[in-house]
Amino acid sequence: MVVKKKSVKKAAKIGKKIGKNASDLMIHFMPYSEIAREDTVGRIKKIMGLVLTNKIIILQGKLSPDEEVRLIENSMMLIGNIRGFQGVEIAAISGENEYKTLFDKVRRNIAKILVGEQDAITIIGPASVVKEITKDPKKLELMLQRK
Amino acid sequence: MIKIIRNFASRIFSGIFKKKGEIKLGFYGSPNAGKTSLANRICQDWLGEDLGSVSKMPHETRDIQIKEKVMIERDGKKIEFKLIDTPGIATKIDFEDFMKFGLKRKKAQNVAKEATQGIIESIKWLDDMDAVIVLIDSTMNPYSQVNITIIGNLVARDIPVLIVANKIDLKKSNVKKVQGAFPEYEVVGISAKSGDNIEEFYEGLFKLVKKI
Repeated sequence: MVVKKKSVKKAAKIGKKIGKNASDLMIHFMPYSEIAREDTVGRIKKIMGLVLTNKIIILQGKLSPDEEVRLIENSMMLIGNIRGFQGVEIAAISGENEYKTLFDKVRRNIAKILVGEQDAITIIGPASVVKEITKDPKKLELMLQRK
Repeated sequence: MIKIIRNFASRIFSGIFKKKGEIKLGFYGSPNAGKTSLANRICQDWLGEDLGSVSKMPHETRDIQIKEKVMIERDGKKIEFKLIDTPGIATKIDFEDFMKFGLKRKKAQNVAKEATQGIIESIKWLDDMDAVIVLIDSTMNPYSQVNITIIGNLVARDIPVLIVANKIDLKKSNVKKVQGAFPEYEVVGISAKSGDNIEEFYEGLFKLVKKI
């Protein structure tokens, strides 16, 4: 997936618009159902749209490795084109490691195929707002930038 | 029908080339994990020359660097590698971070731009690798999303992975933490800078090649 010049310009416009309220901290809770029917392009567009309005997204579920890499790619394309945009901070935590037995793993994989990976939480935020997300296996800690 | 024959032929040809030993070995990881240091160590060991320059400044490698025909020998077996050192993958880049290393504003902005391009290039090259060494700085938290994303993408592409926990010569190094973060993978602790445990790395590399 490639971000076209037109999209970059559009994103730059949004960036300028939201710049005025950049000091407000906004958290957007995104249920999995909001992205369940979207393809990779749609998911990235939705996430980037919110990130560019300086919102921190708490997503129910997890992006696929390919979607994560596309998100990074898109962020890199926008750095330097949108004033103040430095990329994203992202971290996900899931119950994956809690499933110890083979039966549990099979059950989880079937659920994953049927309803997506919903037993996870992903935090995505603009790097200009979120300084760092530290993760250890069972918790996520969010550090915000001081204004 | 033609497509099927073409795919079949290409699979056979690629199989032949792989057997001949032309293995594209990628070095992936976060900035400053030691990718170029390890690539340099290998090149010094087998060619007597470096592949790229290293620095304390992150994103020193901003272009893909390739060294072809690196013949590595172990227990009488020779394998030819094409080493591909990639720019470190990050989710964010702030040009002001480069100014802390003495760069002027304009230069720092240019370096930041090049670094973003480098990350995009690294991602593009993921599809071209036969096997990948993922470098993790063993003095840092291994649970960073970048490490997880890189490994997840390699697994999805069916590319064999060897995790190298680098910088074991430093006091803060914790190889066990890296092993705990990635229990399903082989993790080798080394110091690319001092050469500590490098023999174990070569052993791991030859095991990795068998998985291709």
